[in-house]
Amino acid sequence: MSDHAYTPKSKVGKWFNDRLPILTLANHLTDYPTPKNLNYWWTFGGILTFCLITQIITGLTLAMHYVAHADMAFESVEKIMRDVNYGWLIRYIHANGASMFFLAVYIHIFRSLFYGSYKSPREIIWIIGIIIYLLMMASAFMGYVLPWGQMSFWGATVITNLFSAIPLVGEGIVTWLWGGYSVDNPTLTRFFTLHYLIPFLILGLVVLHIWALHVPGNNNPVGIDIKKPSKDTVPFHPYIVIKDAFALLMFMIVFAFFVFYAPNILGHADNYIEANPMVTPAHIVPEWYLLPFYAILRSIPDKLLGVLAMLFAIIILALLPWLDTSKIRSAVFRPLYKQFYWILLADVLILGYVGAMPAEGLYLLIARIATFYYFLHFLVILPVLGFKEKTLPIPLSITDPVLGGSPNLAIAKNRDSFDN
Amino acid sequence: MIISLKHIIKLIVILTLVNFINHIVNADEKVELLKTDWTFKGLFGKFDRGSLQRGYQVYSQVCSSCHSMKYLSYRNLIEKGGPEFTEEQAKAIAASYEVKDGPNADGEMFVRPGKLSDKFVQPYDNVKAAQAANGGAYPPDMSVLIKARSGGANYIYSLLQGYEDPPAEVTLDEGVYYNKYMYGNKIKMASPLSEGIVTYSDGTEATVEQMSKDITTFLMWTAEPHLESRHKMGFKAIIYLIILTILVYFSMKKIWSRIESEV
Repeated sequence: MSDHAYTPKSKVGKWFNDRLPILTLANHLTDYPTPKNLNYWWTFGGILTFCLITQIITGLTLAMHYVAHADMAFESVEKIMRDVNYGWLIRYIHANGASMFFLAVYIHIFRSLFYGSYKSPREIIWIIGIIIYLLMMASAFMGYVLPWGQMSFWGATVITNLFSAIPLVGEGIVTWLWGGYSVDNPTLTRFFTLHYLIPFLILGLVVLHIWALHVPGNNNPVGIDIKKPSKDTVPFHPYIVIKDAFALLMFMIVFAFFVFYAPNILGHADNYIEANPMVTPAHIVPEWYLLPFYAILRSIPDKLLGVLAMLFAIIILALLPWLDTSKIRSAVFRPLYKQFYWILLADVLILGYVGAMPAEGLYLLIARIATFYYFLHFLVILPVLGFKEKTLPIPLSITDPVLGGSPNLAIAKNRDSFDN
Repeated sequence: MIISLKHIIKLIVILTLVNFINHIVNADEKVELLKTDWTFKGLFGKFDRGSLQRGYQVYSQVCSSCHSMKYLSYRNLIEKGGPEFTEEQAKAIAASYEVKDGPNADGEMFVRPGKLSDKFVQPYDNVKAAQAANGGAYPPDMSVLIKARSGGANYIYSLLQGYEDPPAEVTLDEGVYYNKYMYGNKIKMASPLSEGIVTYSDGTEATVEQMSKDITTFLMWTAEPHLESRHKMGFKAIIYLIILTILVYFSMKKIWSRIESEV
């Protein structure tokens, strides 16, 4: 790391720091040189940390009152909502917190896509991020099963059944996952165990994610390498801390609106009906944040291929640093990529929408086109674009474009014509 | 900041587009639910105490003969933010029900009058008994019913007023009724409300519309007993956050001004 050597001033501090250099770490974190032109899309890293901590704290509290048993889970959740002091508040924060977590992670991911943050030398940060995202999906899915409502039960049945698509051993794996011959109490207790475990795995990976980030330092809206520390950087504290705090507070206002005024709007009404293995809901839909992948799954007529397509849709993200052949990071200087970026975003939103609809007729057709385009974007458009695209000239430093607090394209362009 | 704004505008355009497609694809028949002015909606939404008490009357005299309310206790009737019956009233209500208790010292089960701490007495011993008595259909528990139906309060309110003679092409089996708001239009519950089926103790005229409104309000409370304190706390929390956000915004401007002047 690029830090200067640090020695604590006090004797005790020095004694302690020689044995466990935690003060050096704290010093590194406060001094950490950060590009000064980071915009608000960069504040979602801090927001996500907040989301994770919130989920862990509310989750621990809920776990003190929740009963992981097929006959008692639904009732225990209602007890939390009615009789536990502020139980309703804690549960609504936890349930909506999951949605907020995904909202933030999607913004975080799409920010990375726009500014090319996944490119060399940040591939490992990106891959750790994708693993975190995968674990988030697993944890959120299992968390949704815990209240043991109709959508919990049938969602669990549908998703675990996907493993039966594996040739030969599929059925055996499903039975093993269930701990029986259908989704039942053993499934619930193991889901609860894993739902409790995964957030701590995520926490560990978040540490690695930040560690890996602190090696090359942050990417920035201009997407060029900067010298650190230099005129282009500011110390993390107080500049980035206060900016992150401001963005976090704005985010919390939205969060609070959902918790206090629309706590059930993001959930499905059927999950307030206790699980009943004898009655199948009319439409089984996952939570909103899983819908794009659900749409991809259902758009393929063959079960095994559908499952593979869904998995590949996520794995493909991990390969992104090598699929994107362009050396230019920021979409600001990639006029064509920028257009495809927005098309991809629209494509994913459309996938999410059709994922919530019955897989028939026009919806199915739209889902198939959108699925096809999703893979086309990553497998064909991105690799080709790197060779074909005529990129705009990039500035040599962010100091010029940072005038006025944001990357100023006009200056960047002028500067280049000046250089030529 | 300029770029971010452009992004936001594009995002809005995309969202509008998706919403527009949504409207085109969903243009086919969708029954518009009846609506009324719910006092519990909105930033300061509160329950209408009179409506809650009347709603309880409708529940206990009409619905409770088939529908259970298993997550509520009689003590809830006096709690703040609910119908707020007086303790005497709630004790009298509880005592009017017979509760099976036991075993006593002799190992016998016995029946005693209800107490505040008892759960609402259920109309049937179990789901099978409920189905047997209702032509195979289980009358759903009403505790969280409003939250368990898409459309929520408006849906229940509409359903209660949605009974009609079936159109000519629809044939109904014995014990099945036509309701224009029900999913699939066929419902096994006969129209539960009729003019004057309840005599309100506060003298309100018991029209079907009035009773539908009152019972729906009551069911909203049973599903969300802490709705009032949630709204109250939410308002405080959001005001607090807004003030803090403004303060932090100015601190941020101040701190960053050191940099901007340096450049």
